Amino acid sequence: MQWFLRNWDQVAIALWEHVAISLTALSIAFVLSLAIGIVAARRPRVYAAALGISGFLYTIPTLAFLALLIPIVGLGRTNAIIAMVAFSLLILVRNITTGIRTVPGDVVDSARGMGMTQLQILARVELPLASPVIVAGLRVAAVTVISVTVVAAYINAGGLGTLIFNGIAGDHPPKIWAGALTACALAIAVDLSLAAVERRLRRTCTG
Amino acid sequence: MISITGLSKRFADAAGPAVDALSLEIGAGEICVLIGPSGCGKTTTMRMINRMIEPDSGSIVVGGRDVTRVDPIELRRSIGYVIQQVGLFPHMTIAENIATVPQLLGWDRARIAKRVDDLLTRVHMDPARDRSRYPRELSGGQKQRIGVARALAADPPVMLMDEPFGALDPITRASLQDEFLRILRELDKTIVFVTHDIDEAIRMGTRIAIMRAGRLVQYDTPEAILARPADPFVEAFVGSDRALKRLSLLVVSDHAAKDPPPGGAPTVLQSLNLRDALSTLLSADAEVAAVVDAGGAIRGTLTLDTIRAAGDLKTEERR
Amino acid sequence: MLADAWHYIVTHPTQFGTALGVHVALSACALAIAALVAIPLGLVVARRAGWALAAINAANVGRTLPSLAVLALAMPILGTGFAPSLTALTLLALPPILTNTIAGILGVDRDVVDAARGMGMTAGEILRRVEMPIATPIVFAGLRTSAVQVVSGAVLAAFIGGGGLGDFITAGIAMMAVPQLLVGAIPVTLLSLAADYLFGTLERRLTPLGLRAA
Repeated sequence: MQWFLRNWDQVAIALWEHVAISLTALSIAFVLSLAIGIVAARRPRVYAAALGISGFLYTIPTLAFLALLIPIVGLGRTNAIIAMVAFSLLILVRNITTGIRTVPGDVVDSARGMGMTQLQILARVELPLASPVIVAGLRVAAVTVISVTVVAAYINAGGLGTLIFNGIAGDHPPKIWAGALTACALAIAVDLSLAAVERRLRRTCTG
Repeated sequence: MISITGLSKRFADAAGPAVDALSLEIGAGEICVLIGPSGCGKTTTMRMINRMIEPDSGSIVVGGRDVTRVDPIELRRSIGYVIQQVGLFPHMTIAENIATVPQLLGWDRARIAKRVDDLLTRVHMDPARDRSRYPRELSGGQKQRIGVARALAADPPVMLMDEPFGALDPITRASLQDEFLRILRELDKTIVFVTHDIDEAIRMGTRIAIMRAGRLVQYDTPEAILARPADPFVEAFVGSDRALKRLSLLVVSDHAAKDPPPGGAPTVLQSLNLRDALSTLLSADAEVAAVVDAGGAIRGTLTLDTIRAAGDLKTEERR
Repeated sequence: MLADAWHYIVTHPTQFGTALGVHVALSACALAIAALVAIPLGLVVARRAGWALAAINAANVGRTLPSLAVLALAMPILGTGFAPSLTALTLLALPPILTNTIAGILGVDRDVVDAARGMGMTAGEILRRVEMPIATPIVFAGLRTSAVQVVSGAVLAAFIGGGGLGDFITAGIAMMAVPQLLVGAIPVTLLSLAADYLFGTLERRLTPLGLRAA
């Protein structure tokens, strides 16, 4: 605790790095998954293929994936971000596609009847109504990304994991506590906030 | 067979009692229909008989035994139970579903297998083909047939049925009602049957118990209730077409005259009820109909006047 | 590179064998203990609304915690080695199994349970003959999720002296020796895929015939 108070700036920097990487990875993953998910919502075969590939990627153990990328992209942030995007695809694509598909048919029908184009229907009707499910997916992806970032410190990506590894290497428990607990706190905070967003969206989108 | 005395139940957060000092007697072999508007306590009453809901006060005696003094598990194994959504076990075959209570009672395998086949035949399904099928392969009507077969499996003297045909379309419902009545005629069971459909009650019931706000309003035969509703509520409940409903309880063959019919008269089957016969006459714009049997042979005549006399309420009340 | 990796395995068979063995042992034990705790707990808690909600919330919190953070926290508390790693991994394996067991039981149609009760089944009989068979596929889906997570987490046990295939990966990274890195990364990926396949097959096989998609 003492250490934490004296060195909170170290923790703050690590936290900042952690959030920066996670956010970058999540944004890339989200944009990619949105594109795939929208296409997959209308084409079952694309969906099946997307699920298959992303499912396979998801099953690869975290550190193994990072390690396997080293011969290709080396160490550092890029490596970590590629891994995180790969892990997030499954949940995001699945939720985006499911979200779009479960928009009530009669709602889409009336939108079409009013003269909206496909793109307008997507943007103004389907995606907004699918948003609770999409945010639910984002929630899981965010937590996954935060978790991977902790490990990625080992390949020089920065973040709260740095404190943990330094702590282990130097047999300095306060650093371990600081890094680990802050990472847990970050994960829980992000999960709860997105859960609140999800709840609010569900309320406005149903009934 | 079933004696309910002063039965009461109030639920925790409710404004009034669900069942309020209900008393009624059901004789052996009777079908007692409990009917009333939503919230009248009919289902609660039924579920207290097998202690799915525990009564607050009063007594229920089934076959001489006070149900509150018997182990509820043992009680339920001796009472057949059929619910609207059927509740077939999706992970078991039809045969396994039907065999459930006999298995719980420890019957031997051969006896169970035979019983399953007997019951499948009795509900007009094919044992060889259907015993290893699964509930998801069945239509709604078939599912409820199996539900009834399952309830009959251990040959209980009493059966509780909660809107068993309510989830079915009208045609399937009518055919299942007929089939069930036919099955019952061959067996000796006492039935408590809950419904909200007055036509079903009239069709199925030996006696009908009309309930409202937890109380018993009238308990009598269908004919009596239609002829002499106890109060304006019952009168409204049975419907303003109760004269026609009464006609539906009467059969052509009981009221046909042995005279030869005039040429060109419309025909009515002798097994038809008087309401449908009236409908035939009205659509043909005729005064007289020829009564025929299933083979088409002429058996007599039926006139509008006869129908009017048979359905005449004032005459009924005078009697 | 692959050839070098293969050569490494061939020239260090005991080292590889031990690492593989430890990895499988850690994963299997963590999963087994977690299942032995979470499944009965889930069954007991499922039909008690307040407890079920509390359990699900606790499990959800558990699921958000970064695996490495949990493993690292084991070190100052329990030390390094197999046992602390096993403890941390068991904790990580609990949430999916618990959540799925509860969801599986709650997912049994209320009418089916009502019919079973009305027919005179005891609570135990209802659980054994009706609820558990119907909930089995969902429980096994939870075991599958947990298994994959545990195999992945066991890689990280290398950081707290737990052994396993992660040792090769960390050594490979530290020394920038790609063959050694692959000796860890590829087998563990195969192990993870095998676990996923195994539990996926079990999930399918154990789904009662009446519940399989027609």
